[in-house]
Amino acid sequence: MWKLLKIELYKIFSRPRTFISFGAVALLVGIIQFGLKLDGNTYIDFMLRDVSVSLDIEGKVLNGYLICYIILQLLLVHVPLLITIISGDLISGEANMGTLRLLLTKPVSRTEVILAKFGAATIYTLILLVWMAILALFLSLVIFGNGDMLNLKAEYIVQLKSTDVFWRYLAAFGFAAIAMVTVAAIGFFLSIFAENSIGPIVTTMSIIIAFTILSTLDIPVFNVIKPFLFTTHMIGWKGFFDVKVTTDNVAIIGSVQNLDRILIAAGVLILHIIGLLIASIAVFKRKDILS
Amino acid sequence: MKKMMRQWLCVGLLVSVAGISPVAANAQDVTVLVQKVKAKLEKVSNYVAEGKMKTDVAFIKAPAGKVKIYYKQPNKFKLKRDGGISLLPKGGVSVNMNSLLTDNNYMAIDAGEALLDGKKVRVVKLLPTSENSDVVLTTLYIDEPNLLIKKASTTTRENGTFEMAMEYGKFASYALPDKVIFAFNTKDYKLPKGITMEFDTGDKSKDGKMKNKKGRVEIQYTSYVINKGIPDSEFL
Repeated sequence: MWKLLKIELYKIFSRPRTFISFGAVALLVGIIQFGLKLDGNTYIDFMLRDVSVSLDIEGKVLNGYLICYIILQLLLVHVPLLITIISGDLISGEANMGTLRLLLTKPVSRTEVILAKFGAATIYTLILLVWMAILALFLSLVIFGNGDMLNLKAEYIVQLKSTDVFWRYLAAFGFAAIAMVTVAAIGFFLSIFAENSIGPIVTTMSIIIAFTILSTLDIPVFNVIKPFLFTTHMIGWKGFFDVKVTTDNVAIIGSVQNLDRILIAAGVLILHIIGLLIASIAVFKRKDILS
Repeated sequence: MKKMMRQWLCVGLLVSVAGISPVAANAQDVTVLVQKVKAKLEKVSNYVAEGKMKTDVAFIKAPAGKVKIYYKQPNKFKLKRDGGISLLPKGGVSVNMNSLLTDNNYMAIDAGEALLDGKKVRVVKLLPTSENSDVVLTTLYIDEPNLLIKKASTTTRENGTFEMAMEYGKFASYALPDKVIFAFNTKDYKLPKGITMEFDTGDKSKDGKMKNKKGRVEIQYTSYVINKGIPDSEFL
């Protein structure tokens, strides 16, 4: 199994297109950091325009922690598309090249093949997230410095002490990993049905785009279906950046508001992963491999 | 007849002078009182204070944090929070009393006495004489025997009304409070959910609190270093 996993990882990382994702993430993060370094204060002034009517905000609002949050907010919607490029190709790509039948002639079960391929997709996803964390968090801290973080939510602002932020990012990246593996699982599942990788990649992207739009649209008629969309739960990482308050409205350091909802969201995503993996094994075991 | 009229005029004048003179005397008294308070405040030419700040604004969740406050005459004031970001009431830059009495461009009017926390205080209204002043009216509640401002309410053109309540202790001899509670009006805060892409937790617990438009900043001072000099660079 371990050997099979290593072979699958070798296959993924020997393709030049795998590194497109890493390059794209580096480029996008770099562009956002460059833009905010040059003109970040205009962005902050816009976001804080309501607050600055009543309050003077002193200190370094635009620091590495806030930059990382802005980057994640923008990129975690698009990174799934980069993950799909690999996960949607894992089975269908082999079918397209005609190597799938050859692979299954080896003395390994179909379940092992699926688990190895899915394991490789998961490792690729995690490495991409670590790469993103290095650029978005650590590089931003180097460029913009450290400090308290202001989380600008729709109806209120959360001020997090600088010493209370890093662990939240670790938790958020952990949650993002679950969310991204869910995306990988969808692409992987769809790739079983196709003999060409374009189909599952485009289908997964379409699902993500459509569901994301439905999840973010603040129209009452869509509110009923939102809890059933995995994209609604994918942004649960943001929950780690909200805190509980005391009766006199003082934020409790180290607390997380609605932790139960975050855990439920993570649970829903994990169920998606398990369900899709089981479905993938079930479908693949019964699949008539003709290519 | 003429003589009688002259007598009546004299009586009328005497009555009116008698009626006005206590007001004039009181105005003079409170001006002296305000000057005495100011003189007491001016004993402190600079200070560095440490304390703990709590912010209670409906749309802000902020932790209590340690602050360092720098003051230098006539009106330099800087509040630094450990970790960096501090949210202070607009226009209330100077969460201190000195700023209210920095110049002499005001007219003091006696508004009688009042009870504040069970203690008798003199109420003095300060009207700015300059037409361009942002401050429209300041009401001071002065503890006369100790020459301490216990409470101040300031109405401004731009930033509404804010109130300061002071509690004194160890540093009362310098007119420096141990605790300042600053109350001010806030406006609405809202960002489109399309921008923030919120994680919907269905939490409505803050909805009621959001309607509270009064903000509060509380600073509990723990120490003062008085008149030891502060470089101007601290205020940059």
